Amino acid sequence: MSQAPQYNFAYLDEQTKRMVRRAILKAVALPGYQVPFASREMPLPYGWGTGGIQVTASILTPEDTLKVIDQGSDDTTNAVSIRRFFERTARVATTTRTSQASVIQTRHRIPEHPLTKDQILVFQVPMPEPLRFMEPRETETRAMHALEEYGVMHVKLYEDIARHGAIATSYNYPALVGGRYVMSPSPIPKFDNPKLHMSPALQLFGAGREKRIYALPPHTRVKSLDFEDHPFSVQHWDQACALCGARDTFLDEIVLDDAGRRMFVCSDSDYCGERRDNNAKAKNGPREAA
Amino acid sequence: MYVAVKGGEKAIDNAHSLLAGQRRGDPEVPEIGVAQIQEQLRLGVDRVMAEGSLYDPELAALAVKQAWGDLVEAAFLLRAFRTTLPRLAVSLPVDTGSMRLWRRVSAAFKDLPGGQILGPTFDYTHRLLDFSLLDENQAPAETKAPAHDPPRDQAPAQTPGRVAAILEGQGLMGAEQGQEAAPDDLTRFPLSFPASRSQRLQNLARADEGFLLAMGYSTQRGFGNAHPFAGEIRMGRVSVSIVPEELGFAVDIGEVELTECEMINQFKGSKTEPPCFTRGYGLVFGRGERKAMSMALVDRALRARELGEDISAPAQDEEFVLYHSDNVEAQGFVQHLKLPHYVDFQSELVLVRSLRATAGQPEEEDS
Repeated sequence: MSQAPQYNFAYLDEQTKRMVRRAILKAVALPGYQVPFASREMPLPYGWGTGGIQVTASILTPEDTLKVIDQGSDDTTNAVSIRRFFERTARVATTTRTSQASVIQTRHRIPEHPLTKDQILVFQVPMPEPLRFMEPRETETRAMHALEEYGVMHVKLYEDIARHGAIATSYNYPALVGGRYVMSPSPIPKFDNPKLHMSPALQLFGAGREKRIYALPPHTRVKSLDFEDHPFSVQHWDQACALCGARDTFLDEIVLDDAGRRMFVCSDSDYCGERRDNNAKAKNGPREAA
Repeated sequence: MYVAVKGGEKAIDNAHSLLAGQRRGDPEVPEIGVAQIQEQLRLGVDRVMAEGSLYDPELAALAVKQAWGDLVEAAFLLRAFRTTLPRLAVSLPVDTGSMRLWRRVSAAFKDLPGGQILGPTFDYTHRLLDFSLLDENQAPAETKAPAHDPPRDQAPAQTPGRVAAILEGQGLMGAEQGQEAAPDDLTRFPLSFPASRSQRLQNLARADEGFLLAMGYSTQRGFGNAHPFAGEIRMGRVSVSIVPEELGFAVDIGEVELTECEMINQFKGSKTEPPCFTRGYGLVFGRGERKAMSMALVDRALRARELGEDISAPAQDEEFVLYHSDNVEAQGFVQHLKLPHYVDFQSELVLVRSLRATAGQPEEEDS
């Protein structure tokens, strides 16, 4: 057993991929509906992206270019680990450039760079059920989705407003898909919710441990839940990114010393890097701008 | 000046090489062999096979070695390997009634056909550290029985029948549910509720031993209405057979070591059924008596719905038990909290700061 067994392209065997693809097709046909699938044990732990990895493995072709991000960054440890997994098992090209990737697997962010119709965004989902913290039972929540019984969610948002004066959900913000299913967008900040709406890219959501797949086909209406007098809004920062100067991106706060000095930088490291390159080019001379 | 966070790639490489170096420990101490683990740490290997859901003592021992003796991590390694294996055949149900026994005890009857066989058990040892084991050059202890093979001289007619069958013969044992033609397979179809008996038993057989132990224990302490008797515990080897399509008859493909427990529980009867005894069933790979007993308690507790009993305790709640029993799932999700969450945390920081800024102010428009 000292020799490593030869694994199939992208690790999963073809029968498993077909099973996952059937679940994906059903999910695309029923936007926002959570399709149960026979999630496999992966060589990475549950909760570390096994759902996203199975979806990516099932849709990947040898011609694809893969980008993997975690918290918006290509260089966070788990993103590195998953990218290496596919480099090793599928030998596909990888990139950190959002615009050059055909498949992007993500945890907790949507890239700042707008996506195109030729791209697929794969989300890693820890808890696919948006109603879970109101109703812990799967048997109940499935019935609630079937009956479009989403009153508890509105009550929860209303109670937030009654208590805090605002909806106190800052990430994993529930959204209504195509006017039918309430879905969890995975723990992306609500800052990213508007990017889900009418995206030209196919968006797939894989939850390995909970064994569910759901999808947003291109150009699907996705409405973040709110009230007329308390409309949905996203986070804003007073600061600009300390590295690239962007004012319209999601910023991470970095603590600099024990005295509490902080700086803010783009969470999307590729977007930030690209802007810094462009800034440098603009400074060095407009010749290269074209 | 701060430089943007980089270095994940290098950090992972360094972590892997540290891990490999420290796993080996002091190079002055001879390396432990997989065969040594397989032979001398057998109960650990058995637990890994049970929770890893794959009967392969050598690979389970390898997993124990690779995981530094962390049995949950080893079970995970074995599961991740198992999932890549092709399904060549489905075996016939094993007949534990014809088990070649190491051990067979019943707490319900003083004596019974086939007798009580104490076998290799810790039960009546005094838990005193045996300092003589510190000396590794001891001659092996003299044993009366072979280390691996239970006696083969039991003719089929002499293999003791199961205790539950005695009660069944007298009409005192309730009917069993779960005679599906083909059992469900959780690794091919996800768990759904209400769970079938075969889904439940498969889930429990793969479940974390500690979780089952606590759940079973809770039923004894009043969280659930258990009045169990250890009707029978048997441990030994059974042969596994398959029917190859091209042959059309059963052939033996090998033997596995199993521990089985049938708990006998009271059932007070209902409007439609007179009082009788009911069964809780436990079966695990290898020598896993504690787990088999716990599993039998939990299986019986989870029959509450089927038997029309009140469902009031955690161990009777199938969604609670079956969704949280798997340690490969549980350890992954608990430990994923180590992964960076700074985007979500940043979102919470922004939110808490804005809530604090408006707290105490008179209510006004707030966007």
